[in-house]
Amino acid sequence: MADNNSGFFANPVVKWIEYRLPVFSTLDHMVGTQYPTPKNLSYWWNFGSLAGLCLVIQIVTGIVLVMHYTPHTLMAFDSVEHIMRDVNYGWLLRYMHANGASMFFIVVYIHIFRGLYFGSYKAPREILWFLGLIIFLLMMATAFMGYVLPWGQMSFWGATVITNLFSAIPVVGEPIVTWLWGGFAVDNPTLNRFFSLHYLLPFVIVGVVLLHILALHQHGSNNPLGIDTKGPQDRIPFHPYYTIKDAVGVGAFLIFFCFFLFYAPNFLGHPDNYIPANPLVTPAHIVPEWYFLPFYAILRSVPDKLGGVLLMFGAILILFLLPWLDTSKVRSAKFRPIYKQLFWVFLIACVGLTYAGGLPPEGLALVIGRVCTVYYFAHFLILMPLVGWFEKPLKLPASISEAVLKTEPGAAGSKA
Amino acid sequence: MKKMTMRTILAAALTFGLAVPAFAAGTEVTPPTQNWSFKGAFGTFDRAELQRGYQVYKEVCAACHAMKYVAFRNLTDLGFTAAEVKALAATFEVNDGPNDQGEMFKRPGLPQDKFPSPFPNEKASRASNGGAYPPDLSLVAKMKDHHRTEGSGADYIRALLTGYKDAPAGFTVGEGLNYNEYFPGHQIAMPKPLNDDQVTYADGTKASVEQMAHDVSAFLMWAAEPKLEDRKRMGFKVIVFLIVLTGLFFMAKKRIWAKLH
Repeated sequence: MADNNSGFFANPVVKWIEYRLPVFSTLDHMVGTQYPTPKNLSYWWNFGSLAGLCLVIQIVTGIVLVMHYTPHTLMAFDSVEHIMRDVNYGWLLRYMHANGASMFFIVVYIHIFRGLYFGSYKAPREILWFLGLIIFLLMMATAFMGYVLPWGQMSFWGATVITNLFSAIPVVGEPIVTWLWGGFAVDNPTLNRFFSLHYLLPFVIVGVVLLHILALHQHGSNNPLGIDTKGPQDRIPFHPYYTIKDAVGVGAFLIFFCFFLFYAPNFLGHPDNYIPANPLVTPAHIVPEWYFLPFYAILRSVPDKLGGVLLMFGAILILFLLPWLDTSKVRSAKFRPIYKQLFWVFLIACVGLTYAGGLPPEGLALVIGRVCTVYYFAHFLILMPLVGWFEKPLKLPASISEAVLKTEPGAAGSKA
Repeated sequence: MKKMTMRTILAAALTFGLAVPAFAAGTEVTPPTQNWSFKGAFGTFDRAELQRGYQVYKEVCAACHAMKYVAFRNLTDLGFTAAEVKALAATFEVNDGPNDQGEMFKRPGLPQDKFPSPFPNEKASRASNGGAYPPDLSLVAKMKDHHRTEGSGADYIRALLTGYKDAPAGFTVGEGLNYNEYFPGHQIAMPKPLNDDQVTYADGTKASVEQMAHDVSAFLMWAAEPKLEDRKRMGFKVIVFLIVLTGLFFMAKKRIWAKLH
């Protein structure tokens, strides 16, 4: 293999290296001219590469922040202020990291909903979907622990509330919480271990991302039509077509990111986190970061603590069953008139959960939270299997190139 | 698919629109929005306003409130020269030590010193303030930024400082507390801190309660977010660059994809 590929490159230095270490051909097969891709991917397919970019931004800014941060209850808050005031461009690094976390979740949520709409979880991409969900779970753990590190009021109380959830487990709940804390309350041992794990998990995510890409390359990207590529006329090389299309997405995403970063850096955070952690003063309401609000709403819509915890974790775990809960053979919602409508209802339910999660669980907010929670699970457990059986899908095009040529040329790129 | 894009934008707008008031809940009265000079994409601090605000802080607030994250050297941001800052710092006494005899000692302040706190610790502070703890003011403009609009923390501080009123009929104010329109729960331990002509401004500005409240609120915004101007200046350059870059990427994409058919 190396022999064949080393001849492919003209530059003698590249050739020399390639003959000994086939990095260039490997890259060319991963994201280059040798990776065939469906020719009709829309801009919704940009969010995978954007998620990768977010991960890199978080790791790079995080590593530099660690050079100035002190993981100790007495010094953590001060060290963050030191970064904000005294470290050269420390404010930029810290705002990039804090807002970058929100951007990462925005991108990943769009990426997940893209998968839901176009049926990207269906055979033969089930493991690809599972690996994505594992990345999502790791991201949630990482983000939660990262939010604790500045040791502000919301850091402390958020950590207290979330770790206390484990006390709902019968019999062993309390010992588990003590074990998680490393003591009898959230304190310095908790901060230290969260710091350690917050540094570790992103690299675990990198590992799972590589597996995610490996699984992706096995059968290639799904596409807006949800039908398999039938031959070379349906495919184009990843480079230059999708490298340049991803570059457009990166530019647009960075503009969005920079708007928050430079003009509203605290909009997505909670002001109480500028108050140093105080175990003796509980904030009026403890809310997690916005990206956890839907799950927080599910947790609080159940009157029973253990029930709420189970339902909250169930909300994510249920996504692992999707390849089997969705009984339709048609991937793309484009050809599924009923599922297509339900997709939007589901999205509205998720928005409703986000809304309810940010308010105290009483009155209208509690009702909205409960209705949306019921719909969330009904969507997956009842509607998805039934719709798959009873829905009559539209006629699928014979091939991607046939569908693309029927519409005006170049439509593949403008779809979205 | 146009429809889908629209609906996505709608959903995103809905998410943000709905999420924002979620954080603003509470019993607080919304403070009136002020037209701060630091607002907007090109906002800058008004140096004269900050200097007046610092004077109010130094002569009034600093009697009880600490500001431990701000150093004298930072005051050059307000338009003071390095020599002025050095002279100013020297008028303060700071604790240092231990010296070679193992004793703590007092010395005149240096530019690199942080603002000295009025009390050695929280207990001492509470003992002198009827059990209440005047919070450190370094970040107060950010920790009170409840409405997520720019400058709402400063709006709140200004409203609070001018919000001392007689309690409405039927409202009982607790022992040692004061009625304030904007304080959550309306009962605040801090007595009315500002009265007309409490300070004599060096630049001759009339020191009304409103003026002092306005100046010190702007100063506290600077204290909480001293890099605000750098941030906005850099942001404008970066975003203009990114718009050009994205435009070039987009044109390159059009050209590359045109070859496809």
